[in-house]
Parts: sequence; structure tokens; C-alpha cells
Amino acid sequence: MSKKKIIKPLSVGDKTIPPEGAKKIPVYIMGKEYLIPETLTILKAIEYAGYKYTRGCGCRGGICGACAVYYRIKGSYKLKSGLACQTVIEPDMILAQLPFFPVNRPDYKMDVFKEDAHAAFRKIYPEVFKCVGCGTCTRVCPMDIDVMDYIALMKRGELKKAAEKSFDCVMCGLCASRCPAQISQFMAAMLVRRINGRYLTPRAEHLKKRKKEVKSGKYEKFLKALRKLSQDELKKLYIEREREPDLSEPGWMPEDTTRL
Amino acid sequence: MSGYIHELKELIKKVEATRPSRLESARKNEHFPALSMEDRMKWLSSYHPDFKDEGRRKVKVGPNKGDVLPEEVVDVFESRSRLDLKEVNLDNVDFETDVLVIGGGGAGTAAALMAESEGKSVIISTKLRHGDANTIMAEGGIQGATQEGDSPHYHYLDVMGGGHFTNSPDLVAALVNDAPLIIDWLEELGMMFNKYADGRLMVRHGGGTCRKRMHSSGDMTGAEIMRVIRDEAKNRKGINVMEFSPAVELILDREGRCAGAVLYNLETREYYVVKAKAVVLATGGFGRLHIQGFATTNHYGATADGLVIAYRAGVKTCFLEATQYHPTGVVYPEQNVGLLITEKVRGLGAQLVNSEGNQFCFPLEPRDVESACIIRECLDIGKGIMTPTGRIGVWLDSPMIDLLHGEGTVKKELPAKYIQFKRYGIDISKEPMLVYPTLHYQNGGLEINEFAETSVPGLFSAGEVSGGIHGKNRLMGNSLLDVLVFGRRAGCRASEYVSGKKSAGSALTLDHVKRFHKELERAGLKDAPTAPILLPDYTPDEVKSRRWEK
Repeated sequence: MSKKKIIKPLSVGDKTIPPEGAKKIPVYIMGKEYLIPETLTILKAIEYAGYKYTRGCGCRGGICGACAVYYRIKGSYKLKSGLACQTVIEPDMILAQLPFFPVNRPDYKMDVFKEDAHAAFRKIYPEVFKCVGCGTCTRVCPMDIDVMDYIALMKRGELKKAAEKSFDCVMCGLCASRCPAQISQFMAAMLVRRINGRYLTPRAEHLKKRKKEVKSGKYEKFLKALRKLSQDELKKLYIEREREPDLSEPGWMPEDTTRL
Repeated sequence: MSGYIHELKELIKKVEATRPSRLESARKNEHFPALSMEDRMKWLSSYHPDFKDEGRRKVKVGPNKGDVLPEEVVDVFESRSRLDLKEVNLDNVDFETDVLVIGGGGAGTAAALMAESEGKSVIISTKLRHGDANTIMAEGGIQGATQEGDSPHYHYLDVMGGGHFTNSPDLVAALVNDAPLIIDWLEELGMMFNKYADGRLMVRHGGGTCRKRMHSSGDMTGAEIMRVIRDEAKNRKGINVMEFSPAVELILDREGRCAGAVLYNLETREYYVVKAKAVVLATGGFGRLHIQGFATTNHYGATADGLVIAYRAGVKTCFLEATQYHPTGVVYPEQNVGLLITEKVRGLGAQLVNSEGNQFCFPLEPRDVESACIIRECLDIGKGIMTPTGRIGVWLDSPMIDLLHGEGTVKKELPAKYIQFKRYGIDISKEPMLVYPTLHYQNGGLEINEFAETSVPGLFSAGEVSGGIHGKNRLMGNSLLDVLVFGRRAGCRASEYVSGKKSAGSALTLDHVKRFHKELERAGLKDAPTAPILLPDYTPDEVKSRRWEK
């Protein structure tokens, strides 16, 4: 029997407490030097230095786009970018976050895209058609989206493809911040995805039917009946309910169709 | 520097040493025995955070006085206003609107869209950016009985069973009956659902469902919902969004009706008085209170602000004693802390093993039981693994997946997780992951009825801040649904209320806050700290100790 050794966690929540003797590396937050334990993300390094975020921090998990960051490594001319919550610090990193970036985002009514979506899109975002093809947007994208390519697809009128290509966008704004043609790529992509969802993809017929059924009040009577059951009767129904097989085909039907 | 540090690599050797024999047993379908029902209860009551007396206490004041709740919740309930009430001048109204929506996530935005459609003027007050909320972080999907072989009847049964039949039946009926309408609404707004070529919605099973009704949009369903409804809100002239302006107190009128809120500009540190005919509270959950010190999958802003200010205004809460912990949250590397590892990983054969490379539990116990087993192994048995940043966890032996199902299975079945670790030099098809239970969801919240009304006239509540819909346990895919169903209901009901003749009109007051302060004093809590806390504090102690000002 090995001796029982109890370890208590040091770090709670998101606060990082590095063990004694952890190696610290110099990081320049907006040019000012701080010594930070290696392995932290930029976001946690900035908090470790003593900053408290209001802007520049959101989901802390790489999906909200709040924490776009630019950095250079001392001695290198190369400008790099990423999300602060997803990028690990490196020695001699000089960094600044992009807490906000102004974009062009005209208002629109979705109906205008019903007939000639490409022409209507062109009216809303004419600047998209002035892309110079430099590829900087693609290089800065932290989600590895080929931004320049979806802009090219938009220009050619291939809106469905552009929507699909831009799908992983977290709207952090890095592409727009570097565009020499002053395009707000991620806002144009937002619109194209909505056009795609609304007009370029077939609507679900079964959903239309179900909507009518719900509106007719059909299910309210089933639900009312369920609410009148005793706890035991309800549990019985729960245990006996038929489970749709994992490998069922779309449109599968259960044996009992009286409650559909 | 990438991948596991030397010390952890050494420990992984112990996992590798036992892997062949564990694989052999797994191939023979021999598993680590599941706990008996008796042991389950014993493990739960000893180790699950919900069952521990430690870390909970009785609330001394307010509508839930006498209830035993997590300390972190009690701390913010037993708190004073941030405002110096003598300084506040409610005669000086800065903004006036029909409907004030507090919270700019899924529920708040849905409420705003409905109220605006009814011709009401709307202000959305949000603590961070519009859309900064747990809604964007929901990956899995949204439930709704849209298929021919399914109906709200079966969805109802699933929700009730998942919540151990503790849910409020009226709320569940509203949830499941509206669900197909919500999916239709999202499709109409231009959301990109996963579909077949003919437009049929793709659906999957979730834990505890009897029909496939999980709709998704890649593995970023919540993000897609949020960006679509936020985009729509931008097009609406009647919606004015005030970012970085959380509400710190509700305002009532002389008749006790909700009549607005005091907002705080996080950047200029000014307070504003907003007068409204109706208020919708949609502030989300409490993950960032880090109940019992747990890491969380929640958004930076999830600090229970709405619970606090509504509690002072007299709204009772329910089910706040039930917190959803997901058994396998990442604890290493630091940048992935709190990241959720789906149950699917264990479903594919990955086992949980301790620092000696030995199994200590059946890998597919119910979520709460599995969490208890991991906590027991680390904190009581002492066979957890400490990370360089002071976190503790156990191994989730993911390399077993490829060994059991063939090379490439991990990459194919778990593409996002594979990339998220690969980025930091860890190949999860070759090396195990370090995991520990993580705080995932606030099951409980403010008491509401099926119209999203609270006990305070003119105050509506929707989303994670409300309770009762999921009872003591929520099923996957019902939170995205919940925020939209009750967000829309709140927006509609608030509009009706504003159009009626009963909405607030008399003088504005913060008397309820004064009364609450008196109650605190009577309970011996005169020097209670202030809340809502608005943002969590991750400043290291060393920095704090150097803040020498008074």
C-alpha cells in the first residue's frame, strides 16, 4: 500500500498560482516589461501582471472574438496576431490588444435579398468589390479562414460558398483592421451567411407543417393531459417511452403515433 | 516549449504502462464495476459539491431567508448596494424607454426583438459587448420537436425525466410547445442550420432524449444563434444598445412596480437612471462566482448580477442549490482550462485513470456521480495529478480510442478538441488529457411563471437567471432553447403590459434597497460587502499585496 498523500489544489477558478520557482519570461504589455510565468496565455499573463479586464475579454474560450491581439517578438520585423485567450506567451513578446475596431455596417431589410441577392448585396457593401487581393486578411485571421478567398467569392456572386467559407468567423475584427481597401470583411460575411440561411438554402418543409400544428393548439391538449398526471403515472410514461434508434433514417416514425 | 512538461511526461509513463492490460480487458468487454445505487448515494453525498454541507450556509436575509445555498451565492445575496443611496437623484432621469432589457445575450436580445416588433422602444443594457454571454459558448445544439416522429409530448417527458421530475410543469410545457416555433423563427432570420440537400433539418440524439431533436450549426450553434439575432437587432430602429453599462439596482415606483434600473458605466464610473415602463432581466448565470472554487466553462461576465438585484427587490429564487458540474473539464495546458471534454470521449472508450495509471471508476456513470468519483480520487485518496499552475486532475486516457477503433478515430470524431490540444503540442490520440469537474450551468434561478413574469409587477425574467424550467438538472440542448423561448415570451408579455394601463407611473424609488439594508443590519450584517460584483477578480495575491492605497 502506498502512503496516502493528500494534495490540495492551489489554483481556484481562473486565478493562476504558479508553483515556486516557475520560470518567468519578459513580456512587454503595450511596451512595458513584466515578468510572467511561462505557459500562460496572453489573456492570463495580462491578468497575472495585475490588469483587470473590462474590454478585451469575453468567453475566454476562443469563440467570442473579444480578445484580438497584435504582437511582435523583439528583434523581428514580423507583425503577428491572434486571440489573447488562445495564444501562449513567448519571451520578448511585445503586445497590444485590439479592444474595439470601427466597422462599416449599414442597416438592411432582409427582404431586399429575395430576388437578386448579389446585386442587393453590392449596394450594401460596394467596398467589397474594391478588394486589392493582398491577402493580409487571410494572414491575420486567428481562425485560419481564407478571408481573401471568401471576399473573392462574394465578388463573383458565389454567396453560398462565401457563407460556408466564412462560417467559423468569430468577428474579432483583425481582418478589417489591416485591410488596405478598408473593407469590413466580417460584417459583409455576417450578411452573406444570413442571405444564405434565408434564401439560398431550401426551407424545411416538415418545419412549416409542424409550425402550423403548434399554432393550431394541437399539442396544448396533450401537454395539459400530461400536467394532470400523478408523479407515478408520469414516471411510467417516461420509462416506457420508445427510443428512436441511433441509426434511424430521417423521417423515422415510432409505433405509437397517437401523440404526434 | 510545447506539449507536456517533463514531470507530467514521466507520470504519463505510468498510464502507458497499464494501458495494454486495460485495453485487453476493454476488448473483452470487462469494465471497472459501476457503483451500486447505495454507493452512488454515498459517493455523491460525500464528494459531490451539491451534497456537501461544507461550502454552503443559510441565507440570513431576503425572500429565501433560511434556505441553505452555496456560500458564494449567499455572499452576494447578503450584500449591500454599490450605491451611496443618499447621492442618487432619481428625479434626474437620464434615459426613458418603454422596455428596459438588462442583459445582451440570447434571452435579452430575443426579448428586445419581440418588444420592438410590437412597436415598443427598447434599451438593452449590457455589461460587456452586445452578445457577450454564455449563449455564444453553447456548442452542442438546440432541441425542438420538429420531426414527424416526434412531438412536444415526448420532449416534455424527456425534460421532466432529466430534471428528476422536479421541474415546474407549466414552464416545461411552454418550453416544448414553443420549441418548433423557435427553430422556425431562427430559420426565417437566416440562421445556417445543418440541413440535408432538400432543406430537411439534421437532428441528433442528446443525453436523455427519446427522439432525435438536437439541431445544430456545426459545433458553434450558440455562436451562430447569437450573431444572427444580434445582427437583426442592429437593423431595428427601436432598439438602443448600451454596452459596458451593467444594471446595479432595479428601480421601483411607489406602488412597488418595476420602473427602471440604475446603470453603471464601467468606463467612466458614472451611474445613470433609466426609467422604463417594464423591465426584462436576462443577465445569465453564476459560473464566474466559482462555486466551491471550481473552474468554469462560463463567460467572463457570468457573475449573478441579475439574481442579486432582483433578490433585493423581493423576487424569490428556486433550485439554486443545484449546480451542474461537467465531470471532464480540462486543467492542462493552462490555456485550455475550463474547456469542456464531451461525454463522447468516454463513450468511445477513453478511461479515467489516476496518478498511478490505475482506473478508479466506471467511465460512464451519470454526470454528477462521475464528478464525485474524480473529486474523491484527487482530494481524499490523494492520487490526483498536480499541474505546474497548481491545478489538480486525473488522466482521461484518450489514446485508447484509436487503439480500440482504429488509427484516425480521434481526429475524425473529435476534430475541434484534437486541434485545440495540437495547438499546444499535445496529440490527444497519443497522449492522455488532464481533467477535473468544471462548473457548467446554474440550474436554478428566479421564480417565474410561463409568461416570464416574476412576483414584482413589471419585472420579467428570462434565460439562465430564471429557474424551474430544468428542475435540478438540465439536459443538453435545452438551454439555447430556454433563452429564446422565455426571452421571446418576456418581450411579448412586457409589451402587453406596457400597452395596458397597469404599468409604472408614479415616483421612482429605491426604498426596497433601503429596506434590504435595514434587514441586513438586523441580521448583524451591517458591514456586508457590496454587490453585484460585475466582474470576477483574477489578480494575483502578490499584486494585491502591493496595492498600498487606503
